[in-house]
Amino acid sequence: MRYMLLIHTNPANWTTLSEAETGAMFAEYGAFTQAIVESGEFVCGDPLQGPETATVVRVRDGARSTTDGPFVETKEHLAGYYVVDCASLDRALEIAAQIPDARFAGVEVRPLADMTMPS
Amino acid sequence: MSGAEGLAGDVFRAESARVLGALMRRFGNLDLAEDAFQDACLVAVQTWPGDGVPDNPGAWLTTVAGNRALDRIRREAARLPKEVEAAGLRPGWGARPASALQSLADLPVPDSPDRPASAPLGDDQLRLLFLCCHPALSEQAQVALTLRTVGGLTTAEIARAYLVPEPTMAQRLVRAKRKIVLAAIPFTLPEGDRLAERTAAVLAVVYLIFNEGYAASGTDTVVRPDLCVEAVRLAALLEELLPRDAEVLGLRGLLLLHDARRAARVDSAGALVPLDEQDRAQWDIAQIARGAAIVERALSTGPVGPYQLQAAIAALHAQAESSQATDWAQIVALYALLAHVAPGPLVTLNYGVAVAMRDGPAAGLAVLDALGASGELSGHHRLPAARAQLLERLGRRSEAVAAYDEALRQVDSTRELAYLQARRARVLAVSP
Repeated sequence: MRYMLLIHTNPANWTTLSEAETGAMFAEYGAFTQAIVESGEFVCGDPLQGPETATVVRVRDGARSTTDGPFVETKEHLAGYYVVDCASLDRALEIAAQIPDARFAGVEVRPLADMTMPS
Repeated sequence: MSGAEGLAGDVFRAESARVLGALMRRFGNLDLAEDAFQDACLVAVQTWPGDGVPDNPGAWLTTVAGNRALDRIRREAARLPKEVEAAGLRPGWGARPASALQSLADLPVPDSPDRPASAPLGDDQLRLLFLCCHPALSEQAQVALTLRTVGGLTTAEIARAYLVPEPTMAQRLVRAKRKIVLAAIPFTLPEGDRLAERTAAVLAVVYLIFNEGYAASGTDTVVRPDLCVEAVRLAALLEELLPRDAEVLGLRGLLLLHDARRAARVDSAGALVPLDEQDRAQWDIAQIARGAAIVERALSTGPVGPYQLQAAIAALHAQAESSQATDWAQIVALYALLAHVAPGPLVTLNYGVAVAMRDGPAAGLAVLDALGASGELSGHHRLPAARAQLLERLGRRSEAVAAYDEALRQVDSTRELAYLQARRARVLAVSP
């Protein structure tokens, strides 16, 4: 069963950290990722650049419009994601709870929809 | 005939958790388990009046339902490829509807329909409870699912109990079951630290069901199936399944003790009667003794927790001859302990009321005023209502009336509204 772990965070959480604390957070992320790679549950995952770098594209009547900014303006934004492959929601929740940002904002756990045909 | 059906209905409800638990372990799909159980109940209604109720109706229903489930899986497996073909669906995006029905066709057909139980007796029922009360489901969904699958109530009965239209309740159940399938909420027993955490979630759901029946919020004109009785039954099942969990015992004792006083809580006109004015002759003495014995057992099992403490307080109230003869000193001590174990503004409020009984209204008022200053309970009618009564006892009548007015603005239960209005009128009736 595959789940996407969407890391929502408030950039303010990170800016209040000292350099040492930021370093510790990165180290924690490294150790966490290493652990789920070793358990075989890691599928993929990346941090995202900040919402100020986001661009939204819309197509209406065949015409493309492009606007600066994220899809929804909120205090918390999507900062990164992991995709994990694990036994059940309970395990996915255990994994999500180990993501350092879970302590600040929240990690949304969403099952991936299976789009393959039954053979 | 209706008598036989009524009896069968009781049996179906009593056996619901056992049958659905066994079907869930075998097939892993709640929709399928429910449909197959329904099928088996229909067979029972047709055959039991002639053949008699089997010696072990639970085993009978489980076997028949298991066979019906296999039939359903086979039918589904035969039907689906044709449907996919008929719809002209090609493999790829959108070809696979993410429905519970779809996953049903994917289920492996177990080799032996009479596979012996691999789990200790009761484990499947526990798994079912943990599944229904999974924290990934909304509180409303947890309550509805528990009443439906473990309690064996119909969707119509649950809808009536929660004063929502039946389609709304049906939709709530469908959404919850969909999430169980799509998010793969597991049918397992939580391990280690998680067991206590998840048990607490189950206890919270049972307590919520009881309180809904006990407090009877909203309008009182609608006939509601007895949620208190249902919660007491669920607590008994929990005790059977987790007999060494002190908090499980605590909740069971608490519900028995509260429930034993139920008849005295409302007078013949339907008005709410507070504890100190209740006719103690109407209390169910035997049930109180049973509840108190369970509380004692819970406290000696340990570790102590919020349900045990609330139950111990309820036992002191229920075993007292009168409000005056109540052991308020011990109740104050228990509330202080409860405030330590499970702090919250309502605990502080009750602590203040108990202090008023032990040390007089002025001492209690000081606790309530500090709580009011904290703002933790703002908007809740119980704080001004409790203040009003203490002010009344202190003879500060205009302040008492003002506090009753504040409580009346915040209360949402019609019964409590009527009670507070009566209290307010009583203060005004006293000549200065």
